[in-house]
Amino acid sequence: MQKWGLFLPEPSSLFDKLWNSHVVTALPGGGALVAIDRVFLHERTGASALNSLAEAGRPVADPARVFAVTDHIVDTRPGRTDKTLMPGGQAFITETRAAAKAAGITLFDVNDPDQGIVHVISPELGIVLPGCTLVAPDSHTCTQGAFGALAWGIGSSEAEHAMATGTLRLNKPKSMRVSFSGTLAKGTTPKDMIMTLIAQHGAAGGKGHAVEFAGEAVSALDMEGRMTLCNMATEFSAMSGFIAPDAKTFEYLNGRRYAPKGTDWDAAAESWKELVSDDGAVFDTSIEIDASAITPMVSWGTSPQDSGSICSAVPEDAGERSLEYMALDKGQKLAGTPIDAAFIGSCTNSRLSDLRRASALLKGQKIASHVKAICVPGSSRVKREAEAEGIDTIFRKAGFEWRESGCSMCFYAGGESFDAGARVISTTNRNFESRQGPGVKTHIASPETVVASALAGAIADVRELL
Amino acid sequence: MAEPFTTLTSLPMPLIRDNIDTDQIIPSREMKSTGKTGLADGLFAGWRYTDIGGRDADPNFVLNDPQYAESQIILGGANFGCGSSREHAVWALVEYGFRAVIAPSFAPIFAGNCMRNGILPAVIDPDAIAVMAEAKGPVTIDLGAQKISIDAGQSWSFPIDDEAKAMLLEGLDAIDLSLKMATDIATWQEADRAQRPWIYLGANQ
Ligand code: SF4
Repeated sequence: MQKWGLFLPEPSSLFDKLWNSHVVTALPGGGALVAIDRVFLHERTGASALNSLAEAGRPVADPARVFAVTDHIVDTRPGRTDKTLMPGGQAFITETRAAAKAAGITLFDVNDPDQGIVHVISPELGIVLPGCTLVAPDSHTCTQGAFGALAWGIGSSEAEHAMATGTLRLNKPKSMRVSFSGTLAKGTTPKDMIMTLIAQHGAAGGKGHAVEFAGEAVSALDMEGRMTLCNMATEFSAMSGFIAPDAKTFEYLNGRRYAPKGTDWDAAAESWKELVSDDGAVFDTSIEIDASAITPMVSWGTSPQDSGSICSAVPEDAGERSLEYMALDKGQKLAGTPIDAAFIGSCTNSRLSDLRRASALLKGQKIASHVKAICVPGSSRVKREAEAEGIDTIFRKAGFEWRESGCSMCFYAGGESFDAGARVISTTNRNFESRQGPGVKTHIASPETVVASALAGAIADVRELL
Repeated sequence: MAEPFTTLTSLPMPLIRDNIDTDQIIPSREMKSTGKTGLADGLFAGWRYTDIGGRDADPNFVLNDPQYAESQIILGGANFGCGSSREHAVWALVEYGFRAVIAPSFAPIFAGNCMRNGILPAVIDPDAIAVMAEAKGPVTIDLGAQKISIDAGQSWSFPIDDEAKAMLLEGLDAIDLSLKMATDIATWQEADRAQRPWIYLGANQ
């Protein structure tokens, strides 16, 4: 297979292969015109990009390779319609529907069986594929790098550019490899891996870099765990995060709706085997982390870098502003901090394996009576499959609400939120001020840590339950 | 198409905090329509108003300080514009009247969005930003010379890649530029289609 190696020096990195195989032409000034294989839109930003293109009289170049979904502001309460809890939100849905129809692109609508959070359904449908470039006007598009794709978030203008031309004008980022050696200990998860990386190297640690996650602990992850790891590459300021595809990747994708079929599949799978960093490939930056030393993590401040081990305390050099917002003191132990609410959902941790692990801990238990707890499956498919296994019953009996799929209370758009100022333990990816509602104090953590904390009514170490 | 950016002199508004995310620049609840306008009122809404969703100005927030009412430049902290990719953050800044942000570093998606909308994201050392803030006088940005200066005579240069610079200087539209390369794109796709037919989804799905 010449494809990925074409014009490349030996040895080359996975990133070099992904990049070089998509360069249409070099641009004056050192950048490149890079081919974009897939564009995914959602209703929060999709209608404005499509409408703006239409107003400029620019057609979508290849509508078959552009997809849209309603996930961000759709109601997640049972029996939902186009009506949203966000004031004026319905217009985002109806305008996206009309714009998608006019542009001839595929929309996974409110009650479509394939509806769900964009980064959950794209892999489920085989839209993201190894070796492809995929962009979406959504910063967590890097989640899909788990499949050996170059997938990243862009702004609306760039989404218009990608749809109108099938390309983007880019400067090649630097390359970084983050290797996780060893084996994760019991009770620790891919969420704890990425939170550890960001806590150690900062929220801007990956700036200007395309990051390959590698090493024994990464290979050992299933596809859903790999997505969790790649999801927060944007919280690390990386352009994207990705993982070399392997047998698990191929097995996950084989037979999915938009994945290649028959002889195309055979040819594709054969060529995808080349998508690895060659021995001796050179990276601009390399980071090594011992996975066996990772403990369950929880954030204490208002940036994802403000995180520490569940058994640690708020550091002495913590920023005053974030501590004031979070109502925490320096030196205060994280475990034992009382919580008001617990949230399991979002493109970080809302897939079937997340819900299975959470429900295994919840089975036969009841959460603390003062905790408002919500579980929002990442896609309508995840919801159906979880219900077929009785997972919804376990969640409900334990005291959780069980929702329709969507982004829901991962972010606050003016509709539904946690109570003002509430302290929430959450499987989401952002602990920014008011991210989950006015004054809401978000602590991000793994599904396991969220369950342990919901049961205890305070931030808790899941390892004590194992 | 954005307004060309050549030189700009303005009293800069200091908002020197690290990791100012796009949720703070324009909270999601302030993105009330699918259009690109009507956002200026929501700029920094969480910090600017006394209540979430309210419109009573908080006098302690710098945006409400009358001396900065005409500011077209923000002095920011590291990792400015991190978080959500929403271009609304930049549209809100433009609509409010800002044309440049000077910060030690920018989140990549935000910096790209700035350039597409005629806002200059200038990367400058934090010490130099502190000097500009303390000078309490106007700052002049000369994009052609890639230089920022203050009246006291000090000046600093900032990096910017050639294409972004040309696009800002001339207010060029990236889509127009790329559409001119339609033949290159078509040739590339034809060759690629032979190698990766599965990428080109047809009516059979
Ligand atoms: S789940 Fe949250 S982080 Fe993920 S796409 Fe939706 S709003 Fe963004």
